[in-house]
Amino acid sequence: MKIMVNGREMDVADGLSVDALLAQLAVRREYTAVAVNREITPKASYASVALREGDRVEIVRPMGGGAR
Amino acid sequence: MHDTNLVLGGKDFTSRLIVGTGKYATNDIMRQAHEESGAEIVTVAVRRVSLPGKGESILDFIDTKRFTLLPNTAGCYTADEAVRTAYLAREAGLGEMVKLEVIGDARTLFPDVQGLLEATKTLAREGFVVMPYTNDDPITAKRLEDAGAACVMPLGAPIGSGLGIRNPYNIKIILETVSVPVIVDAGVGTASDAAIAMELGCDGVLMNTAIAGAQDPVAMARAMRLAVEAGRLAYKAGRIGKKLYATASSPIEGLPDWTS
Repeated sequence: MKIMVNGREMDVADGLSVDALLAQLAVRREYTAVAVNREITPKASYASVALREGDRVEIVRPMGGGAR
Repeated sequence: MHDTNLVLGGKDFTSRLIVGTGKYATNDIMRQAHEESGAEIVTVAVRRVSLPGKGESILDFIDTKRFTLLPNTAGCYTADEAVRTAYLAREAGLGEMVKLEVIGDARTLFPDVQGLLEATKTLAREGFVVMPYTNDDPITAKRLEDAGAACVMPLGAPIGSGLGIRNPYNIKIILETVSVPVIVDAGVGTASDAAIAMELGCDGVLMNTAIAGAQDPVAMARAMRLAVEAGRLAYKAGRIGKKLYATASSPIEGLPDWTS
């Protein structure tokens, strides 16, 4: 199935969990947050949330930034 | 001289300088600059991870046991985006503090005051320690305080401009208007700007570009630390009044007579 991850279209296995997606993408877990279709996915639900066709996934973490 | 701490969200900070993590040439220079600045709070942005997810994280260069991370909502143009970003930061484990930015215009990066107030209300209600970046407008500052802001962060000048404290009189009025801490955020260009903010009585100064963009960021970080400390001390010491004419420092009495 096709999903959007950080604005990029990706082809992934049907029913892939958030946890499996993060593992597949080799994303470091500390200080990372995930939102699916604008709603935040709590860390405790990573394994149980199954992604669906067309889902928009955002994976974020702190970056250099500022304030001026 | 005894001084109180800067208190934000129930946490005590002895340093009154808050620094950013953006625009450094290398992460190692950033780490050294943080060290020299004496800051205890560093701001970070929240952004999409690059995929695939290999590579170093900025947090490899920030000792999170020593520094309190202050996620910002830079780049958000609506209250909704800013609120969602704050939630993401909290979920990421960055804590309850948020440097709230709701930007109104890309060219000036001036705040959208209406969106800022709305987001402040929402996040304060949800238990965040809201630190809003705002105009140097005393009325807005008061409204932010009433909305539950933990401090107010008026700009000295536009973000990254280095123009200094353009309206010290408004900052002074803000200081008299609100009872939460006032932290100047944005506009500082060099050490004297930071000292001026502190001499006015501000509780702190937040800066990024002035340090990261300096030719020697590590030296500038130290300069800023000293300036913030000097400005604070001068404020606490109580400066003399300004007068148009001279007042002799040496006594007039007892001058020898050179007349012949």
